[in-house]
Amino acid sequence: MTPDQPSRPFTAASFNQYLAEGKLMASRCEGCGAVHLPPRAICPACHSANLQWQEESDSATLAAFTVIYVAPSAQIALGYGREKPYLSGIVQTPGGQKISARIEGFDPLQPESIHVGAPLQRVSDSPALTYRAVTEA
Amino acid sequence: MPTTSLPRGVAIIGAGMSKFGAFPEKNSRDLFVEAYKDLLASVEKGFDPRQIESFYLGNFSSDLFEHQAHMAPLLADAVGLTPIPAARVENACASGATALRQGVMAIASGMADAVLVGGAEKMTNLPTADVTDTLAAAADMAFEISAGFTFPGFYAAIATAYMAKYGMKPEHLMNVALKNHENGALNPNAQFGVTIQKWMEGRVAAALKKGKPAPTWQTVMDFLHDDSANPMVAWPLRLFDCSPITDGASALLLVPADRAKDYTDTPIYITGSGQASDSALHDRADLTALPAAQRAAAQAYQMAGVTARDIRIAEVHDCFTIAEVVATEDLGFFAPGEGYRAAEDGVTARDGAKPINTSGGLKSKGHPVGASGVAQAVEVFKQMRGQAGARQVSGDVPLALTHNVGATGSTCLVHIYERKD
Ligand SMILES: [Zn+2]
Repeated sequence: MTPDQPSRPFTAASFNQYLAEGKLMASRCEGCGAVHLPPRAICPACHSANLQWQEESDSATLAAFTVIYVAPSAQIALGYGREKPYLSGIVQTPGGQKISARIEGFDPLQPESIHVGAPLQRVSDSPALTYRAVTEA
Repeated sequence: MPTTSLPRGVAIIGAGMSKFGAFPEKNSRDLFVEAYKDLLASVEKGFDPRQIESFYLGNFSSDLFEHQAHMAPLLADAVGLTPIPAARVENACASGATALRQGVMAIASGMADAVLVGGAEKMTNLPTADVTDTLAAAADMAFEISAGFTFPGFYAAIATAYMAKYGMKPEHLMNVALKNHENGALNPNAQFGVTIQKWMEGRVAAALKKGKPAPTWQTVMDFLHDDSANPMVAWPLRLFDCSPITDGASALLLVPADRAKDYTDTPIYITGSGQASDSALHDRADLTALPAAQRAAAQAYQMAGVTARDIRIAEVHDCFTIAEVVATEDLGFFAPGEGYRAAEDGVTARDGAKPINTSGGLKSKGHPVGASGVAQAVEVFKQMRGQAGARQVSGDVPLALTHNVGATGSTCLVHIYERKD
């Protein structure tokens, strides 16, 4: 980022704009070096508001998950629910940050075969933060 | 009399609740009036309502559930208490205990000499998808709900992290539901006051009556593993792992400790109060505990000068079965990774070493969100005074605890209660 390009504000809208551009962006504190994902406008570790955007790796691991059968209306509108359950989860980046995300590439009807710690890769062209299971060749 | 670190001692002299359930003909106001009348009737030496100086109401979302905001003066007026100050407190599912803490602070500080604390929620007007959406608003809409999460989904995710870390199986959670329904079956105010065994037998009888083939369940575990009888909500949580959608209200009357005996021979003193906040679930280092609950508990224990071991019974926030397991660890009743065996081993049963949720808990008694934290105090008030009827625990209950959680632990409150006689 050059000085004549002002940083985008540290908002959910900026985070989603970056996602739409294919980038997963965290905030990094210039005061103490802490990295925040989702991004924050104030560092909770040192209370500095001096932050920079930092692009995150597309790889992650599955920290926790669920297969949702009783869906919220936004997911029902997409065809999900009792007959078509879907996965949501919490993923952990190589830097140790965790974030909630949609999870694809596992069989929702075989939840016992899905393991915490499973490797994931971000789906970079999704408007919502989404990760896909990495299947071993 | 033991000392307390509150600047002035606080006592509960009356406690009441409406029946919990689904009541198409009643709104929050109607339910709160029932709880208030039950409360006044519980003050054995009588109490003139004109002495009440302040009202705090726990309510999560009457705005979305009933399209009615500004609920506190409405309810104060319904029971004839205007023009006293009335305020609604919103902290998701912990709204009730947050209102209680406001009441404790008002009495302890000397600002008031009689405070009404209430909780109310009317949830069954809306279809399930709209209730799901309304409850989801207690989470971070921008960064959690955007991932497709629901509230059962968050607690299911906690369960998967817990299973991976400690080796728990979904069957262990079923034992929590079985235990809480055993208790709720003895609570006339419970929404689902029936054991899961009786529930299963009812389903068999209904099938036979309709001339359908009888289900082949041999045991309650067969029933709980059947996808048609106990459908999946958010794996690994099924219907019987989840608290229901409930209408209900609850109420407490607080006065300074040194005046409590003017109204009752057996006041219950609040000697510890703790509250903490936290980030969204994904921001926490460990997904198998709620740090805000641990912090609130530590504050409450310190204030009361007691330890987890001293607590005789507890009402904990079992919005989902896994939540009870995590709660009993966060409160220090069991070591991390050991709470999941407690229900199976009978330790948390009504006749166990550490009875948990003698009321039936949120699971069986019902979970009218804003009313739940206050209703937990109603239960310990009754148990400590030997007035819990068929579900009364045996022996003395000199010390009890309540634990109320908002969302996935972004708010947690713990209160400690003592009987001093
Ligand atoms: Zn910092």
